[in-house]
Amino acid sequence: MVKPLIEMQNVKTMIEMKGIEKHFGSVIALSGVSLDLMAGECHCLLGDNGAGKSTFIKTMSGVHKPSAGEIFFEGKPMSFARPRDAIVAGIATVYQDLAMIPLMSVTRNFFMGNEPTRKIAGISFFDHAYANDVTMKEMKKMGINLRSPDQAVGTLSGGERQTVAIARAVHFGAKVLILDEPTSALGVRQTANVLATVDRVRNQGIGVVFITHNVRHAMAVGDRFTVLDRGKTLGTAKRGEITPEELQNMMAGGQKLATLESSLGGTV
Amino acid sequence: MSQTDNTPPTSDERVKDMSGFRKALLRPELGSICGVILVFIFFFLTARDSGMFSPAGVMNWSIVSAQFIIIAVGACLLMIAGEFDLSVGSMIGFSGMSIALLSVSFGWPVWLAIIVTFVLCVAIGAFNGWLVIKTGLPSFIVTLAFLFILRGLTIFAAIATTRKTIIGGVREVAEGDWIAAIFGGKILTGLFQWMGDHGWIETFVRGTREGQPVVEGIPMLMVWALVLVIFGHLLLTKTKFGNWIFASGGDAQAARYVGVPVNRVKIMMFMFTAFCACVLASAQVMEFGSAGADRGLLKEFEAIISVVIGGALLTGGYGSVIGAALGAIVFGVVQQGLFFAGVESSLFRVFLGVILLLAVILNTYIRRMITGEK
Repeated sequence: MVKPLIEMQNVKTMIEMKGIEKHFGSVIALSGVSLDLMAGECHCLLGDNGAGKSTFIKTMSGVHKPSAGEIFFEGKPMSFARPRDAIVAGIATVYQDLAMIPLMSVTRNFFMGNEPTRKIAGISFFDHAYANDVTMKEMKKMGINLRSPDQAVGTLSGGERQTVAIARAVHFGAKVLILDEPTSALGVRQTANVLATVDRVRNQGIGVVFITHNVRHAMAVGDRFTVLDRGKTLGTAKRGEITPEELQNMMAGGQKLATLESSLGGTV
Repeated sequence: MSQTDNTPPTSDERVKDMSGFRKALLRPELGSICGVILVFIFFFLTARDSGMFSPAGVMNWSIVSAQFIIIAVGACLLMIAGEFDLSVGSMIGFSGMSIALLSVSFGWPVWLAIIVTFVLCVAIGAFNGWLVIKTGLPSFIVTLAFLFILRGLTIFAAIATTRKTIIGGVREVAEGDWIAAIFGGKILTGLFQWMGDHGWIETFVRGTREGQPVVEGIPMLMVWALVLVIFGHLLLTKTKFGNWIFASGGDAQAARYVGVPVNRVKIMMFMFTAFCACVLASAQVMEFGSAGADRGLLKEFEAIISVVIGGALLTGGYGSVIGAALGAIVFGVVQQGLFFAGVESSLFRVFLGVILLLAVILNTYIRRMITGEK
């Protein structure tokens, strides 16, 4: 399932973030975070709450402008003024709870902001037939069987909603997919489905940034792991170079968790 | 994980197959369809002999319903986009007064008075929307302020210029004006005369209008209602912009993340609501030949009630223009029907409250079935 790392040396770099800093007034949220992402790679970004994961990906997706540091997208320096610029460039973000609108149908959600139109008598109408058709096909590819494309997203499970959001991003040409804690609110089977989707997307050559604070989810799909702590990069490790225990300890800031280890029995 | 990869179950055993009939029934409009059927059965049984279903009677409650429909369409689209406009009633009074003052007191041609009023009202609607977006305050508060501001301005303008709160004489100055006819005229008058001549509909038997049908034609007010419903329904369900309306009300932040211009959508819906209020005001002024400073009182609530009976969600993101129109018909038929049935008019409010409650309970149930809300 995971590609050999040697092969990845030839793969082009999608995004390179160098020494990103972000200050909110007197608060330093990020003080020099670096990360690079290859095509077809799943790069896991780990860190405890408040480590700066969310702020960091928001600089990547154009929500925040970094106070210092450089962003290279496909080798060219980039500066996104708005989230829309990042989306147009091919960086799509799937937010944990803001992925979908539950009251709207799957089709309406899928094409939200990218509605296909068809002209009838000079007036452009939403092309429902085409949109429904594409939605059904894309959902089938992702392993979701819809009763009908008119089905409201609210009737889907949390995992299915994440999957629809990922499918949507891929369909509209994302080259880089940022997933903000897609598994944190999900059950075991739904998590497995989302991780399978991540794997499928990566195999299509899309670079995935996968944010999580669950080491086991990260180990399941990650090619590389970067740990953030208090706004700094603690380091990046390749798959196979690091054990889940080491990752866990880094995330928790080293020794603090070691004393807990025995009572938790490695179950975190 | 590899087991779960490519073998999705062909169907989920926990999802029951829905029969086509049940699926067809599960629509946001279902509650209001039931409401319409119920009120018609009720009045058919209680007020059949009162003339409620004669041509003149039908015209009576149809006009009232059409008035509700016109403002309900605007309120419906705005509510689906996630906002309220409580200034609709004051806007009706304001725009009616504006037309009358400009045309009668200032002597402007009626067509110019109407056009200027429309521009003014839509601009106020846009300002309402802009304030809501810029301040981030609930539209409930912002438009509540405008409820008072516009009403106060209307009364002040009327008193300051004419020392009266009712300005008449609009019909005289509107004679022969083609824009005035768009709001105050009647269509199909030939057809109704012809039907009257053949004795198919009632005609006057005495007086100066002897031989003319009691119902002369379809008032433009009803044409406007129909056009606005069709326009609103197509806009909401069949266009890209309609999808943006749903998205803006469903979850503004999620919509922004995928590039929907939420602010623009909301401001445009405020403008459309103001436009609808202005249409109603123009038609009323042309029909009565006068404008009153107290016109449109409580209309904002009547519009919202119609929309809610029609199945829209008060918090936005869900609803139907057809449903809102049916809600307005329920409202209109009940208001006029109780009069025909000879029921004490104060009971209208009791009846209305009961219908509102029943409709909301039914709508909530239907909506949960459709959207899977808990």
